[in-house]
Amino acid sequence: MRLPRLPSLHDDRAAFLLVGLLIFLWLIAYNNLQMIADWVTYSLMGLSPVSPLGAALNFFVYDVPKILLLLAGMIFLITLLQTFVDTAKVRAVVERRGEGIGNVMAALFGAITPFCSCSSVPLFIGFVQAGIPLGITFSFLITSPIMNEVAFVMLLGLFGWKVAVLYLVSGILIGVVAGLILGRMKLERYVEPFVYEVRPNQVGHRSLQTKLTWIDRFGQAVDSTRDILSKVWLFVIIGIGIGAFIHGFVPEDALTGIMGENAWWSVPAAVLVGIPLYSNAAGVIPIVSALLGKGAALGTALAFMMSVVALSLPEMIILRKVLKPRLIAIFVTVVALSIIITGYLFNLVI
Amino acid sequence: MLQIKVLGSGCQNCKRLEAETRAALDEAGIVYELLKVTEYEDIMTYGILSTPGLVINEQVLAAGRIPRRQQIVDWARQLQTANS
Repeated sequence: MRLPRLPSLHDDRAAFLLVGLLIFLWLIAYNNLQMIADWVTYSLMGLSPVSPLGAALNFFVYDVPKILLLLAGMIFLITLLQTFVDTAKVRAVVERRGEGIGNVMAALFGAITPFCSCSSVPLFIGFVQAGIPLGITFSFLITSPIMNEVAFVMLLGLFGWKVAVLYLVSGILIGVVAGLILGRMKLERYVEPFVYEVRPNQVGHRSLQTKLTWIDRFGQAVDSTRDILSKVWLFVIIGIGIGAFIHGFVPEDALTGIMGENAWWSVPAAVLVGIPLYSNAAGVIPIVSALLGKGAALGTALAFMMSVVALSLPEMIILRKVLKPRLIAIFVTVVALSIIITGYLFNLVI
Repeated sequence: MLQIKVLGSGCQNCKRLEAETRAALDEAGIVYELLKVTEYEDIMTYGILSTPGLVINEQVLAAGRIPRRQQIVDWARQLQTANS
């Protein structure tokens, strides 16, 4: 599905007015979702709130528009924020810091940058060119895929802000710790040699480069939001559909035995199962959310979700351009272990 | 003739930048030659930190974003007059 393009605007005031109007409509829609869902399922379709079908359908009719609206609004804000991030300045700041603070800053930077071949490979090379230690560069490279904006927004919508913040903080922490460990392992020889050899040869006078206007920024944010939504909306609907079914039909505590806190092997198992599931991150979270209501432990669920978003085949293929297979294997192992430990920690603490 | 380079390994945005650039310049009736630079060894010689990158007559004009068509045409016109 391609969403329609907005009319092109030519001055900032009109752009602000349009964005303001959209935010207003968004707020009205978002605040009336439960009422609409109740009306559709109970009044229009005549289902009982206590019947499994009524509960499942009400859940679906409420959650699908809620999550899609939340995704549209939040991803617009996040991508708008990204237009303010000047990668060259960030690199200059990280360059001046040593191990430790440098890792934290690189991980924070990774959290707001999406992981794709468009940004991650050039940034990796750019960091190495600037002489930034490999461990710090890895803090960026680990947090960037773990912190996925779609996953963050869906956690916010389905689990509440506490779990979303927990995800954010643990994703950054994993990046810092795993980066520090990888930095000590002397892995420089497993980076493709061209990364060290390539030098920027034209500074090119940049007099023609212009400052971004608000229209540019809004336009870019709308474009990115449209791209992301077109990719995930179907998975969101399918995932919430399965989640709704579980919500209505699976008995409570059905999963305590296999995904509960007392099943010690469930965290590593969840991480292993999550690795090949990349493209379904948007579909997986609603299912995990429903499982949580049926006796699964939060740490296990979070570990599963992180491994779904953080480790994937497309990501390995992107990294293969700059890293040798041996280093990719080390990278995957260290990240997977960090996620497993985080899962156990949450199960212990919460 | 303007020499345009689109820097990028073939991701979605790189294809869109190429399409937008072609559309903008064709619309404005500007003659150009467009080259795609897809190898990171070559891309990184331009010193950019995110792709896609737009280079006209060896000047890096944008990186990590897709400029508006009007902007692309403005750059092309300026570089055209600078050369002649």
